[in-house]
Amino acid sequence: MQFMLLFSRQGKLRLQKWYVPLCDKEKRRIGRELVQTILARKAKMCSFLEWRDLKVVYKRYASLYFCCAIEEQDNELITLEIIHRYVELLDKYFGSVCELDIIFNFEKAYFILDEFLLGGEAQETSKKSVLKAIEQADQLQENIDFQMRLFPGVLVPNMASESSGLFQN
Amino acid sequence: MPAVSKGDGMRGLAVFISDIRNCKSKEAEIKRINKELANIRSKFKGDKALDGYSKKKYVCKLLFIFLLGHDIDFGHMEAVNLLSSNKYTEKQIGYLFISVLVNSNSELIRLINNAIKNDLSSRNPTFMCLALHCIANVGSREMAEAFAGEIPRILVAGDTMDSVKQSAALCLLRLYKTSPDLVLMGEWTSRVVHLLNDQHMGVVTAAISLITCLSQKNPDEFKTCVSLAVSRLSRIVSSASTDLQDYTYYFVPAPWLSCKLLRLLQCYPPPEDGAVKGRLVECLETILNKAQEPPKSKKVQHSNAKNAILFEAISLIIHYDSEPNLLVRACNQLGQFLQHRETNLRYLALESMCTLASSEFSHEAVKTHIETVINALKTERDVSVRQRAADLLYAMCDRSNAKQIVAEMLSYLETADYSIREEMVLKVAILAEKYAVDYSWYVDTILNLIRIAGDYVSEEVWYRVIQIVINRDDVQGYAAKTVFEALQAPACHENMVKVGGYILGEFGNLIAGDPRSSPLVQFNLLHSKFHLCSVPTRALLLSAYIKFINLFPETKATIQEVLRSDSQIRNSDVELQQRAVEYLKLSSIASTDVLATVLEEMPPFPERESSILAKLKKKKGPGAVPVSELDDGKREGGELNGGGDRGPDSSAMAASNASTPSPSADLLGLRSAAPVSAAPPSAGSLLVDVFSESGSGAPSAAVNDDGFLRDLEQPTETSDTLLVEAPGDSDSAPPSVASEDLAPPLPEADELLNKFVCKNNGVLYENQLLQIGIKSEYRQNLGRMYLFYGNKTSVQFASFSTTLNVQTKPVEPLVEGGAQVQQVLNIECITDFSEAPLLNIKFRYGGALQNLTLKLPVTINKFFQPTEMASHDFFQRWKQLSQPQQEAQKIFKANHGMDTEVLKAKLLGLGTALLENVDPNPENYVCAGVIQTKSQQVGCLLRLEPNAQAQMYRLTLRSSKDTVSKRLCDLLAEQF
Repeated sequence: MQFMLLFSRQGKLRLQKWYVPLCDKEKRRIGRELVQTILARKAKMCSFLEWRDLKVVYKRYASLYFCCAIEEQDNELITLEIIHRYVELLDKYFGSVCELDIIFNFEKAYFILDEFLLGGEAQETSKKSVLKAIEQADQLQENIDFQMRLFPGVLVPNMASESSGLFQN
Repeated sequence: MPAVSKGDGMRGLAVFISDIRNCKSKEAEIKRINKELANIRSKFKGDKALDGYSKKKYVCKLLFIFLLGHDIDFGHMEAVNLLSSNKYTEKQIGYLFISVLVNSNSELIRLINNAIKNDLSSRNPTFMCLALHCIANVGSREMAEAFAGEIPRILVAGDTMDSVKQSAALCLLRLYKTSPDLVLMGEWTSRVVHLLNDQHMGVVTAAISLITCLSQKNPDEFKTCVSLAVSRLSRIVSSASTDLQDYTYYFVPAPWLSCKLLRLLQCYPPPEDGAVKGRLVECLETILNKAQEPPKSKKVQHSNAKNAILFEAISLIIHYDSEPNLLVRACNQLGQFLQHRETNLRYLALESMCTLASSEFSHEAVKTHIETVINALKTERDVSVRQRAADLLYAMCDRSNAKQIVAEMLSYLETADYSIREEMVLKVAILAEKYAVDYSWYVDTILNLIRIAGDYVSEEVWYRVIQIVINRDDVQGYAAKTVFEALQAPACHENMVKVGGYILGEFGNLIAGDPRSSPLVQFNLLHSKFHLCSVPTRALLLSAYIKFINLFPETKATIQEVLRSDSQIRNSDVELQQRAVEYLKLSSIASTDVLATVLEEMPPFPERESSILAKLKKKKGPGAVPVSELDDGKREGGELNGGGDRGPDSSAMAASNASTPSPSADLLGLRSAAPVSAAPPSAGSLLVDVFSESGSGAPSAAVNDDGFLRDLEQPTETSDTLLVEAPGDSDSAPPSVASEDLAPPLPEADELLNKFVCKNNGVLYENQLLQIGIKSEYRQNLGRMYLFYGNKTSVQFASFSTTLNVQTKPVEPLVEGGAQVQQVLNIECITDFSEAPLLNIKFRYGGALQNLTLKLPVTINKFFQPTEMASHDFFQRWKQLSQPQQEAQKIFKANHGMDTEVLKAKLLGLGTALLENVDPNPENYVCAGVIQTKSQQVGCLLRLEPNAQAQMYRLTLRSSKDTVSKRLCDLLAEQF
């Protein structure tokens, strides 16, 4: 896999993971181009695209699009399930994950991804093992002051779509 | 669990994120961000030492700001400080920041590497994994230099935790991809392969990606993985869905690992060991059988995972291309998917069937689905699926169904999406030509094409139809009649006018007998379009008119009047004006005989590869960058000859090259200055040359049709298109090839070059003072070369410099006595080439300036990828490359002994696969390989026939490109 992008229906990038070296300008260009292309596609269309000399595999979960660029010889269907497994991992970790979780805890989304995929290849496909690694890490951390947790009041109330669970549809 | 409070919430961060989200405008957002940046900056600069938590929080904010798309130019040091924190979350944020915002600041890299080193040796698996993740995420060369030696040890050590092994395997893979020269498996190879047997499925899943990548590069060293992979696969395939516990995904056992195993096997030919092969075939059959079983779940995840394995198995079956039974079963399975309700499956089935269509075993089976595919082309709602259907129709087309397929594609074109029209047009044009039995069908098809999708008909297409009409006199009359009719349409496409003008100018006489298409009617018809056309078309029409004067003297007065009119003879366009003036003059002063000679019918074009095919290949090629595209354009112009660019373009293109602000602009610019590229302008383009030799030579060219022939016959000189660039120094001095005082290449430069055709390492050159050693390695179209300059004397060389006629990074200016300096070149082969780059070396030894020029031993064969094939495949391909210019042959005397082993070693060194049991005569050698260039791949076949008695060889090369066959033949003839 060359990169993975998560973006919202409004076209905002929520997570970007690059497994090939590219300059920032190029990354932004690719991001813009793919977001545009994919948002323009209709719901029932197929999940695969030819794009430059790569294959793009994407799937929408509630308000978020997950999009991976893979190489010529890579397998599209198994990549779709990579996406799904990642969503499952997020869901399990956050408990019914929604876009807001990923916005406010973006660092966690990156950590989970690193446990699951490394260098663009599946590192550990067992859900239990990945979550165990993350939970262990969480236990390692110092005892956090309850005060420091985010109060629900900070949330923006009218963002219904972003707080709808990814698995709802 | 509250939505956003997992783990260690950082309240300040959450508030900041909320603020940003509340911003009503971009300006407000930027304002808020600037405020935050100022705040963080002051905190970092402040006197008060920050505690770990605050540092973490601010670093995290910076990261968030960066990910929003803003630049961040500070905070790296604070992030690096976090790495050495012993609090996990602080370390983790530090690593995340470093992974996302790498900075090549060397001081920083040293500190980062230090922190990583500490974590790697901490024996704390969580910390080790973090460090490995960071290396894998950054993957820079500096990191490879620091850790590529250590990680294999971690990977195979007996006491390493499984999770660390997994990270280590993929970390190593990433480093191998960026810096293959630094990752040396050597002694670890066998232990790495045996990770396929590991108890822990996760370890196998991670390790197999590494093994696959390494196998692609070093298939021999890793070939023991085949039997291990087969037995692992067999165990998974035959396991019950619950056996593998958490590695079972929606009732499918280990789908990711299964796919990776099948993928690994695609790096190798079918197993030779009968038992292993039997087991594998059994697995493949089981996978095909499972596809017919009722699903264990209705979830799409279940069917996706199951079908992912199925498609990967089919890829393997196609890769082997040796089991007719499996191939046909695969085809039937895909046939079912063609009508599946899941769009994804239909898409993949169409795609996969495309490759099946090229196998002789399954081509017929694929053809049986033609109706379904045509239906898909008509009814699929998603353009990407229709595109696949069009591809498949193209792939399954042969003589038996060409008319049907071409008709369907033509009718689809009328409504096709703009994005795929051009490619469709090319495909229709190719099929029409390839399978034309009667050429009137061909002419009709192309004219239809222009009518339906004129805007998408590229130059190549209409050049080609003219080439064919000119070369086949049985179709000329029909062509003239058809274009005449087509031009009757009130609005016809400009491309139609071009074809019409050209054909009537040549063959209008063939229909002039009919009063409805008498000469004057033809002329008036053409001229009625004149004013609506662009300048190039008008220029073409003017040439058609002068041809008319020759064909039909009765039109002379009318046409002269047109030429004489102010709108022609005083046209503001120089080209048009010049033509009008010259043609007018020519028609008034030349005798009928001279006119007839000058304006004689076009001679047949030499048969070349279809220009359209070349264009399609280019279109399909991997992401062409502007540079190579320009380059292609230029070369093709020469190559196809029939279809090249218009005359003036060669100069125009050179100029635009020079002004392209891309880093390689000077490379291209250079090329025209470089000694090797005194190439004649290769844009000898048929249409333009007859009609429009523009610029200085115009008058003579218009009068002298020899000029046209001469141009056609000129060899298409390959200019030096090898791109050599030094690593990462875009700002280094501009290449100094133009500098005056380069010595000419040494007389023995070619001989020295020839020594390296079949080997990559050795001493390139040596005299009393200096020794130049070379180590090089190549992969696909890329290469890296290390040059070692050794001072053999005891005295320092001063002002030591090297120049390549492409760009290099400067070498150390002083070489101490007895010392050696090294220079690294990264090489990319853009397109095929004949001349090696020149390497000039200058230095002062004592008082004397030494100056010598060598040829850098980079030859086209370095970019060979060996291709294994069976005997019948070889001869089938051999026959396909039967056009005279695709072959180059030499008969020569043996210069060295004719020892079999030595010959074999040389042929292997050449880079091709040496094929056993292919040639009926066991004395002969045959080889096959594909030359990988950025712009295209060129398949090459080689046959070497030794005659021991006569001490002679006959060497035959065939490739899809004449320049390549010739160059390889020349190179190789010096080797034996």
